[in-house]
Amino acid sequence: MSALAAALEGREVVVCAGPGGVGKTTSAAAIGLAMAARGRRVAVLTIDPARRLADSLGLEEIGGEERRVDPERLSAAGVEASGELWAAMLDAKRTWDELIERHAPDERTRDAVLGNRIYKELSSAVAGSQEYMAMEKLHELHAEGRYDLLVLDTPPTRNALDFLDAPERLSRFIDSRSLRLFLRGNRGSLKLLGRSSQALFAVLRRITGVDLLEDMAEFFHSFGGMSEGFERRAREVNALLADGARTTFVVVASPAEEAVDEAIFFRRRLRESGLPFGAAVVNRVHSAPGAMADPGLQGELVELVGENLARRVVRNDGDWRALAERDRLGLERLAAELEGELLVRVPDLDDDVHDLDGLVRVNEHLFASETTSRRRARLA
Amino acid sequence: MSSSLLDKRLVFVTGKGGVGRTTVAAALGLAAARRGKRAIVCEVAQQERVSRALGGVGVGFEETELAPGLWAISVDPQRAMEEYLRDRIGSRRLSELVLENRLFQYLTAATPGMRELLTMGKVWELAQLERRTPEAAPYDIVIVDAPATGHGLGIMRTPRTFRDVARVGPIRRQADIIHSFVTGPKTGVLCVARPEEMPVNETLQFRRALEADMGIALDAVAVNALYPERFSAAEAARIESLDGRGSVAARTALEAALGEHARARTQRSQLRRLRRETDDVPVLTLPFLFTPSVGLTEWGRLAAELERSL
Ligand SMILES: Nc1ncnc2c1ncn2[C@@H]1O[C@H](COP(=O)(O)OP(=O)(O)OP(=O)(O)O)[C@@H](O)[C@H]1O
Ligand SMILES: Nc1ncnc2c1ncn2[C@@H]1O[C@H](COP(=O)(O)OP(=O)(O)OP(=O)(O)O)[C@@H](O)[C@H]1O
Ligand SMILES: [Mg+2]
Ligand SMILES: [Mg+2]
Repeated sequence: MSALAAALEGREVVVCAGPGGVGKTTSAAAIGLAMAARGRRVAVLTIDPARRLADSLGLEEIGGEERRVDPERLSAAGVEASGELWAAMLDAKRTWDELIERHAPDERTRDAVLGNRIYKELSSAVAGSQEYMAMEKLHELHAEGRYDLLVLDTPPTRNALDFLDAPERLSRFIDSRSLRLFLRGNRGSLKLLGRSSQALFAVLRRITGVDLLEDMAEFFHSFGGMSEGFERRAREVNALLADGARTTFVVVASPAEEAVDEAIFFRRRLRESGLPFGAAVVNRVHSAPGAMADPGLQGELVELVGENLARRVVRNDGDWRALAERDRLGLERLAAELEGELLVRVPDLDDDVHDLDGLVRVNEHLFASETTSRRRARLA
Repeated sequence: MSSSLLDKRLVFVTGKGGVGRTTVAAALGLAAARRGKRAIVCEVAQQERVSRALGGVGVGFEETELAPGLWAISVDPQRAMEEYLRDRIGSRRLSELVLENRLFQYLTAATPGMRELLTMGKVWELAQLERRTPEAAPYDIVIVDAPATGHGLGIMRTPRTFRDVARVGPIRRQADIIHSFVTGPKTGVLCVARPEEMPVNETLQFRRALEADMGIALDAVAVNALYPERFSAAEAARIESLDGRGSVAARTALEAALGEHARARTQRSQLRRLRRETDDVPVLTLPFLFTPSVGLTEWGRLAAELERSL
């Protein structure tokens, strides 16, 4: 078994996180594919509003509902999957709605929330509401138990790990005592506040306008009956993510200087938050045999291809060696930070990876058995 | 076309993750500064990459001049809120009372999109000729190193969302002003791409979404990290015909040449596809840099390229 397969063995949740454009979505899809090939029922969930995951899996449509990747497409790509591969893109609006429907204590509350104007606007806005809902969707899929493994792809922001705090922030807010006070019996509620708070809200009203404040009060008030449900779910999802027996984080990076900085930042952040780390994947690595060019190269090439072409070949050779050297240094720096933790290298493939065939090629490296990867390392 | 990009007051630089948004935003800032403009690059993701690369330390929320005519700021939503409140309330003490209020803190922390709204508010403020910030001088151009496409569009849309949330009152007025500015003639949007399948797809999707959601057109696409075309097809064929002759070192170098030839060709076909499908949107290109890291010197090189095509 490859080292990465061993690190993922028996896990129920894998979270792929890392800096922008390094291959998080590619890795999440590739891991999903590999685990489906090993007989597991896998769902890959992307938070990203862009359609990349669908593109790389060859799905025409992707939305809030999981879609199964056609086993025939998998066979066509040479993967005989004894398991299943599903994919979904987070639909924040829909996840909100389902959440409300599930947790509203009664129909009146449900309709009050779903019909609230502010709720409608905010729940369908992409910005901000994604983070809450990613955790919610993860919780829902995990609780339903239809899949053996959930692979979560995260969006390209430094704050990608902020979504971990989102459920807690929301439930803490809904539960806050002063808020309850503020919200008690909405309209007249401001009167119930102490004198200093009243003065404060007079100021606030000047900034926001009376209506907005009252609308907001009503909006959050309508959540009142659901605070327990929210809190419980926040606790459960945090416990799931922190449980190294069930969850593991894969930090994806490229060997470029900035990406390695970010990967180190992510690794530390996981450590600080007490979250389980499984592996670092360094993707799109360039390599060259030996750092130094052969001094006799130029002369030999002139004989082989002539002066003019030889000059450009030598120049090109130097450029790619420099790139390989940069990558070697980046890898070294990351390896030092990881202190022996698993680091998997995937080369920069010459045809960019955007379909199932590409994922299969990525997996030859991601899940290379240890002997082949050691052999490769020796060669490099 | 893009000469008009440097004539905008506010430019959003977006694109798929890792394609070079920060790099291009910085290069664009340098290009503007070289034209004698007072420019500021505005980072919104708390990375402070621009300022750290130029000055060694992050600038934080302070507007800081990093090179002649080139300023930088890293927008912190919390600080933006403090600034906004102080300005609206007119009293530092009162605004501090509001900020210290736990209920207020919860309210702003839990409201989805609040951070994005505050960020947009600050970006807008930077782009005004009459600055709200006391004693602040106006900029000729504000370049926003925006989040990646999906979230980039999300953040641009936030003022409109809040305008609609607040039916009447000051927040509505303010949000409406920001939205109008962002969708108006003084604002431009530049999408950065790499000449690869997925980034090109994402650029095409972004352009459609920008039009459908915001009713505005993409001003330009910058295709970043384009490999040089060092070898013609005939030369590649000639190298191939050597068929493994030569020493190990020579073979390696020749293979590297073939490798680059193939990559450059794949990139060119993606570039052609992008050009074909973006109709009349100007597409500019920036070269791949084989340097160990990309910092001020490299931004300078890219700025020169931009100036040539702008
Ligand atoms: N090993 C590889 N070799 C060559 N190209 C690759 C490889 N892995 C990924 N790519 C390409 O790199 C680009 C980035 O990959 P991907 O979209 O998976 O990154 P991401 O981290 O999810 O990006 P984002 O931050 O935008 O979400 C894509 O164009 C993909 O096709
Ligand atoms: N023209 C170029 N040639 C070579 N490397 C480049 C070029 N432009 C950018 N890079 C490198 O690509 C990586 C990503 O660039 P940059 O940080 O500017 O992208 P970004 O879109 O801002 O990324 P993120 O999504 O992480 O914010 C960096 O390592 C950078 O040094
Ligand atoms: Mg992605
Ligand atoms: Mg960036």
